[in-house]
Amino acid sequence: MDYSQFLAMKQEIGLLVVFLLVFLYDTFMPKSTQKGLPAFTAILTLALALCGFCSYCLGTESTTVAFAGMYETSPIIAAIKNILNIGVVIVLIQSIKWANSDAMSMRRGEFYELLLVTLFGMYLMISARHFLLFIIGLEGASLPLAAMVALDKNRYESHEAAVKYILTAVFSSAIFMMGLSFVYGLTGSLYFENIYFALTGELNTMLIVAVAFVIAGIGFKLSLVPFHLWTADVYQGAPTSVTSYLSVISKGAAAFAFLVVLAQVFGALYSDVWEWMLYALIILTITVGNLFAIRQRNMKRFLAFSSISQAGYIMLGVIAFNTMGVAALMYYILVYIFSNLAAFGVIGAIENASGRVSMDDYRGLNRTNPRLAFAMMLAMFSLAGIPPFAGFFSKFFIFTSAINQGSVAIYVLVLIALINTIVSLYYYLLVVKAMYIADDECPVANFKSSCSERLGLWITVGGIILLGIASCCYSSLLDLSDISTMQMYFIN
Amino acid sequence: MEITAIYYLIPALVMFCCGVYGFITRKNMIAMLISLELMLNAVDINFVVFNRFLFPEQMEGMFFTLFAIAIAAAETALAIAIIINIFRAAKNIDVRSLNEMKF
Repeated sequence: MDYSQFLAMKQEIGLLVVFLLVFLYDTFMPKSTQKGLPAFTAILTLALALCGFCSYCLGTESTTVAFAGMYETSPIIAAIKNILNIGVVIVLIQSIKWANSDAMSMRRGEFYELLLVTLFGMYLMISARHFLLFIIGLEGASLPLAAMVALDKNRYESHEAAVKYILTAVFSSAIFMMGLSFVYGLTGSLYFENIYFALTGELNTMLIVAVAFVIAGIGFKLSLVPFHLWTADVYQGAPTSVTSYLSVISKGAAAFAFLVVLAQVFGALYSDVWEWMLYALIILTITVGNLFAIRQRNMKRFLAFSSISQAGYIMLGVIAFNTMGVAALMYYILVYIFSNLAAFGVIGAIENASGRVSMDDYRGLNRTNPRLAFAMMLAMFSLAGIPPFAGFFSKFFIFTSAINQGSVAIYVLVLIALINTIVSLYYYLLVVKAMYIADDECPVANFKSSCSERLGLWITVGGIILLGIASCCYSSLLDLSDISTMQMYFIN
Repeated sequence: MEITAIYYLIPALVMFCCGVYGFITRKNMIAMLISLELMLNAVDINFVVFNRFLFPEQMEGMFFTLFAIAIAAAETALAIAIIINIFRAAKNIDVRSLNEMKF
């Protein structure tokens, strides 16, 4: 065996090293230094992210296939891993205060170790070119998350959320694997490439069922309607840091993996089979997510439904089925990481200081905590897609990529998505209204958020504004997706 | 009588459907977990049968099954741990009692 192919996995290996260092720190360092663990993890992950970014900028990333075609890395895969790294660093920075609270003192290490393991699973899921590796990555990414959701041992909601999450996750992966077994029965291989070339024949019912099962399985992870029922409960019950991780990183990785599976495995069946399935899913996801978000009063539930509808927008990049769609999807994930983490940063800071998470508690926030209110306002504007901020450009690019696909049905889909954007403005602005216009006798008292929380908010707010101004980084992503191997599958 | 692939695939499919039905109708979380196991095992049977009868020259399906069994075991262990937590907190494992958060 050629051991040099492990070098292709340099990002995974880097992550493993970080994981081992965190694990050793947690196990062997004296108790007095344990409070440094969160910062230690954040710095190591930041170093990892910088290494990945430098290697990416220096152009050392090339398209490499390792382990007999099971694993692939290419510039675009390195780019999406870097995007996820950025998000993880922000989540880690934002979680420092929570992780250093007294209630967490026994479980601090577990949180960080589980988090890094799930990230490892997501890396594998993105790079996998064989369904065995894909399943291992998928489970590696979702099982530890259930344990993370259950981390808040003293709150009943945390357990309830965890049991809802684990049962639906296992159910969805069973359905997904059933679909895979049909695919295997039809094609005799689990390599993406072999399946792609074996599936060019005529359609049959088993194949359609298989594709539907695969879409349902990953749809659960992405919380597309009608597979979204776990989302709101899990987001509300989980600790806020875990919720923010779940809503951006896990979703971003699943979205990209979904794209890879649909394009590289079932690409030949685009117009016959899955375009229409995805079409219905997108309409349902965006509309139901929006309508349910309107009636939420709990901020975490509210963001859960908002993230459901955002997942619908992200899927527009998949249904576009062209290289622009790939770039738009990645840019959307990047922007979504910053906007959503800004919102969760504010929610986490307020929850840590006062324990309040209802939207009514945000009334009059501008008078007591103007900076937090401002950050929240920017996050809401970006999520809603108001022009100078990044969210507008990500929506713009993803709509453009979908329109470039060219069929009338997609025009209608984009129109529905546009109408939904206007609906979403209403509920995002409800939060802004509560903070700036509505008055309350007892708003959240003025407090000074911790250094780490402020740092996290500065980064996210900076990201929202900078990505809005420098939306040209989209074009570099576009160049990337043009030269990636993904191209090959779209041309066929 | 020759035993062909179909004699294995039909029971696997029935198992899978029983699992789905059980998952939806059972009220006890452990019973739901058993239903999930049924579904996962049906998948394993499918893979093994496809491999044995349709593609005997390679062992891909068998290997997938081995990994799937391990994954299923990990899932069960984790789910049971979480259910035990629920039991400690609420003193029962009826899914209808999981109603702190809804809509």
